Amino acid sequence: MSPLLEVSGLCTQYVSARGTRVTRAVDDVSFTLEAGRTLGIVGESGSGKTTLALTLMRLLPPAARIAGGSVRFGGEELLTKPEREMRAIRGKRLAMILQDPMASLNPLFTVGDQIAETLRAHESTPRRAAWKRAGELLAAVNIAAPLRRVGEYPHQLSGGMRQRVVGAIGISCGPQLLIADEPTTSLDVTIQAQYLKLLGDIQRERGLAMIFITHNLGIVARMCDQVAVMYAGRLVEAGPVRSIFNEPAHPYTRALIESIPKFGDATERLTAIEGQPPDPAALPPGCAFHPRCPYVIDRCRAEAPPESQLARQHHARCWVAAPATVGAARG
Amino acid sequence: MNGSRAASLTVAWRFSALRVEGFPWIPTIILSTIALVAIFANVLAPYNPEVGVLGDRFRPPAWQAGGSEAHLLGTDHVGRDVLSRLIFGARVSMVVGFTAVIVAGILGTVLGILSGYLGGWVDQVIMRVTDTWLALPALTFAIFLAAVVGPSEMNIVIILGAVYWTRYARVIRGEVLSLRERDFVRLAIVAGCSKKTIMRRHILPNVLNSAIVLGTLMLGVVIVTEAALSFLGVGVPPPKPAWGLMLADGKKGLMAGYWWLTVLPGLCIMLMVLSANLLGDWLRVKLDPQLRQL
Amino acid sequence: MKRFIVKRLAYALVSLFLLSLTIFLFVRLTGDPAVLLVEPGASKDDLAAIHAQLGLDRPLWVQYGQFMSSLLRGDLGNSFYYRTPVLDLYLSRLPYSLLLAAAAMVFSLLVGIPSGILAAVRVNRWWDSVGKLFALLGLSLPSFWVGLVMILFFSVYLGWLPSSGSGSALHVIMPAFALGWYFAAAHMRLTRSSMLEVLGSEYVKLARLKGLPEALVIAKHAFKNALIPVLTLAGINLVIMVNVAVVVETVFAWPGVGRLLYEGIAFRDFPVVQATVLMGGAMIVVVNFFVDILYAVIDPRIRYER
Repeated sequence: MSPLLEVSGLCTQYVSARGTRVTRAVDDVSFTLEAGRTLGIVGESGSGKTTLALTLMRLLPPAARIAGGSVRFGGEELLTKPEREMRAIRGKRLAMILQDPMASLNPLFTVGDQIAETLRAHESTPRRAAWKRAGELLAAVNIAAPLRRVGEYPHQLSGGMRQRVVGAIGISCGPQLLIADEPTTSLDVTIQAQYLKLLGDIQRERGLAMIFITHNLGIVARMCDQVAVMYAGRLVEAGPVRSIFNEPAHPYTRALIESIPKFGDATERLTAIEGQPPDPAALPPGCAFHPRCPYVIDRCRAEAPPESQLARQHHARCWVAAPATVGAARG
Repeated sequence: MNGSRAASLTVAWRFSALRVEGFPWIPTIILSTIALVAIFANVLAPYNPEVGVLGDRFRPPAWQAGGSEAHLLGTDHVGRDVLSRLIFGARVSMVVGFTAVIVAGILGTVLGILSGYLGGWVDQVIMRVTDTWLALPALTFAIFLAAVVGPSEMNIVIILGAVYWTRYARVIRGEVLSLRERDFVRLAIVAGCSKKTIMRRHILPNVLNSAIVLGTLMLGVVIVTEAALSFLGVGVPPPKPAWGLMLADGKKGLMAGYWWLTVLPGLCIMLMVLSANLLGDWLRVKLDPQLRQL
Repeated sequence: MKRFIVKRLAYALVSLFLLSLTIFLFVRLTGDPAVLLVEPGASKDDLAAIHAQLGLDRPLWVQYGQFMSSLLRGDLGNSFYYRTPVLDLYLSRLPYSLLLAAAAMVFSLLVGIPSGILAAVRVNRWWDSVGKLFALLGLSLPSFWVGLVMILFFSVYLGWLPSSGSGSALHVIMPAFALGWYFAAAHMRLTRSSMLEVLGSEYVKLARLKGLPEALVIAKHAFKNALIPVLTLAGINLVIMVNVAVVVETVFAWPGVGRLLYEGIAFRDFPVVQATVLMGGAMIVVVNFFVDILYAVIDPRIRYER
């Protein structure tokens, strides 16, 4: 069975106003996702994760352009689709939810209206039926008193409820793939767990494939089957969650995992990654991580490493990568 | 970096900005031409603008029937040559415009600096007055003042300065508020400089940029207001040739179809204001991106 | 919310106070106020009499007290020319000015808002450039010149529209256009920038992500939000229009308060001038107050600021 989503060699660039500076926000990214599975995309801010998501949705700002690659969704190539067909896919088969629910909901319209309009646009549901469906969706995302809430405005709801509304909008037309861009970042810690559970339940019930964009490895560990680690626009490591957590190959991945404080750990200091993420417009030559890498060799400074297969479905971009267990002494 | 070095760097950058593409050639040429015409009015104008030959009234421009080469742009209702009046009118507009802008600028910048830097009740008082004066439309206020003190060229300049300084004060005060927190000012305070010195040597040079940009933008507004005042009869008094006054006179011949008395002075006003606005707009974008919301 | 209203009210009252003080001081402190407050052509004895009658030799704050108390009683003086109380004169002319301002406002919104939206949606393309040109012309062409040129065209050459007076609906067309021209450009500018801001917002992004047709995104999500600041400005501009209409009303002999001001100047009828300016400024302060309150009602965040 062919994967639901196949991305190969995807490149997205931002071009400055005069056409002089080209920033490679997404550089030669490839991954696949099967139906019903969850992929976590991890990286710092500026690593290109959000641009990647917007590229998949073909909703980039005017300054950006897709410079190459292919995105096959359900067997169809998305990058060459005319806008009209793309619009039919967006929100219906391929949905995305954004980070800040207060900002993503229009303050002047009711919550029900904003859910219903997706239904009316994609499935031509008549107004009353759409409104009823909106109430049902609110119940599906565990909002209490859904019939009352349907007529309320975003500012009348709490942050957690608003995010559920955004989730309801996302699943309203029964998509095959849901992209969630930092869905819990703006929520309180206590609400985060509830929300994640909700997303997990919905996924199981509806056989939904998900892409989770986050900088929080804890969420990845909990929710995802696969992980892809992004750094400076490139996918530096990807593989099944268990592999990546137990045997991280790329030094950046290793540093990320080691920087998570662990209960019962005897060491006194938190390990942080030295240095700063690079300016996307002025990337260092060779491997973008080399200025911060404790294992750097000369080749890293000169050439950018290609993808190399480490194990089944686990690949990384690193000249030095060799299987190593977490906690091995630094060279 | 102390204030004067910052200021001289700003000056250098100011002029280097002029070499950047996108420089508005046409507006600058137009403004310079008007300035030159104003300066050399005595030489350029064929006739005395204030004296007319009554027998020669309402002559149309040379290219229309009834016109003559003697009066290229025709004559007005008392027989004065329109071209000469337009030329001398440039002088009036330039003088009044620039002087008023400078007066308003100095007043507004000084008060803005005082208000922003000293804070406290000085700030409160100046700001309340500014808000009140800003609430009253400039034209109404200017008319009122002109009615009180009586029209004359000198008075108009003072009145326009008094009406428009508030626009400067607001903006300059905002800049000073943020400048106050900058390191070189703090260093000066720690070094024991008096408030007066700080305001003069550190703050002032750094707000000059904004003041200049504001000045160019205000020039257009001031000229239109002066034209309106002259049109209503409370601006530059006759028989001095001001473009606004020419429009008022032109109205007398309007119903009879003497179009040149209305269209030509208005075109001059429009050219000058348009050029000043375009130049000011360009300056605003080039010199200080922070002022973009003006 | 109550605190906000009280604060704004205090602010408005202070502004009114300062306004009256400014006008009062300018009259009293620049030369001999008696010259202004007496009919033109008065003799020296008349001037002396006025000095005594109006108490011009009393200390300033006493004079101000008198000034304010007559103001609050509704006594704005008598017109020299018309020999009637100025307040009555003003109130009889005000409806005409309001009518003209309303017509000009309608025109400026009908032209300004759609062109602003188009300029934002087609940003940096052809229509945007047209819009920028229009905005620039609006700022640079004095309203009274626009009015005069229109008279030339439509009254003198084409004979379609009447050039002065206020008899019929036809009479209001040209003055409304001349007056509204500048504001159309201003409204266009604001609509454009407000629309651009809204189009870049997260909820518009989500609306597009939902796959909604672009026309719906703009008409429903962007439009309403973008319009809020524009309508607020329009409310304030309405009152400003009444004030700056003085030149347009003069050009077209439209019998509003602007023309009243002009008559006051032309006939050296100072009480009329003073009263018109005072009333004009007061209207602006009052309208600003109400618009602030309205804004707070629409946008709950404003109430808790400042």
